[in-house]
Amino acid sequence: MPARKSVLVTVGTTKFEALIRAVDSRAFENALVAKGYSHLVIQKGAGEYAPRVLLPDGASAATLDSGLKVECFDFAPSLAAHVADAALVISHAGSGSIFESLTAGKALIVVPNPLLMDNHQAELGSHLRAMGVLECAAPDELTAAVLQLDTAKLKPYTRGDASGIVAAIDTLTGRVASGSGKAERAR
Amino acid sequence: MLMMVGRLDKAHYAPRVWVAAASDRMSGAKALALEAEWGPGGSGGGSGSGGGSSSSSSKGPVLEVIPRSREVGQSYVTSVATTLYSLAFAAWVVLKHRPQLLLVNGPGTCIPVCASAFLFRALCLLDCRTVYVESIARVQRLSLSGRILRAARAADALFVQWPEMARRFGGTTYAGRLY
Repeated sequence: MPARKSVLVTVGTTKFEALIRAVDSRAFENALVAKGYSHLVIQKGAGEYAPRVLLPDGASAATLDSGLKVECFDFAPSLAAHVADAALVISHAGSGSIFESLTAGKALIVVPNPLLMDNHQAELGSHLRAMGVLECAAPDELTAAVLQLDTAKLKPYTRGDASGIVAAIDTLTGRVASGSGKAERAR
Repeated sequence: MLMMVGRLDKAHYAPRVWVAAASDRMSGAKALALEAEWGPGGSGGGSGSGGGSSSSSSKGPVLEVIPRSREVGQSYVTSVATTLYSLAFAAWVVLKHRPQLLLVNGPGTCIPVCASAFLFRALCLLDCRTVYVESIARVQRLSLSGRILRAARAADALFVQWPEMARRFGGTTYAGRLY
């Protein structure tokens, strides 16, 4: 048996049917198998569309002829265990989901939901892609993005921390004398 | 917010009052659960919308819930009344706790709280610093709350989480990312 190599698809707390439809296809299955993935875990959210190409009617898990093991659920109290288990995360581009995956050191493809009006999530995705720490794709480009992704070429994400803001707050409130903060102020 | 307050000197920033929107059932509960983990003696301010630390000591953490300004589908006429009510409620919360630090992270509920603190400070009824931390999701534009506080100059510090944002928006500060 080859080693477990899992892909987690997550849509977060809402629904994102275009993403679920994009992964529920033979082309996507073939792409995962070609890239050596053994498991596909789908957190599908509140959308009505349930995988029907990859999974038999009503089933929440199956082993496909290709050997790919697929499971699907709506929500989980925490995705941390699934993220930790994944070799690749495909996320709806919510900021919580993005930083959970990046700080866990996971390869990440984000798929911003084109139906959102004020789409600052797409801006966040593009920004992080420009930093080289993740990949972005539209739902209909996802299969190609998985095939093209070289996870070794993604840069490791350097985790931030609160110390700079905390030091600035300490200075502002007079808890410590000014000058010890390292904040950079614009103009 | 939770992780930021977790990094503050909790004995110094005490007691802590957490303020959350009535529509947000999760944040307040999470904050109080974390406070229970920190235990007594750990006390600062913050929440899913905002928090303040006040001067009186030896009080445990408190959760205040601000009523919603407007329910989905509510008429505009009655929503004037409910907006005034949530403003008055926020003002009462600020006056009751007299925070010295108001730490806010964006949701709309933070605006009536910040406006109250700004007003009472202008009236010399309150000596409070307001610190706003913009969401890390904001890489090109400020959120509505951030824009309002910046335009009104109602915050003593406006932190953004990307250096490009600090360069683009004068008066904002980059001091690292939280994640």
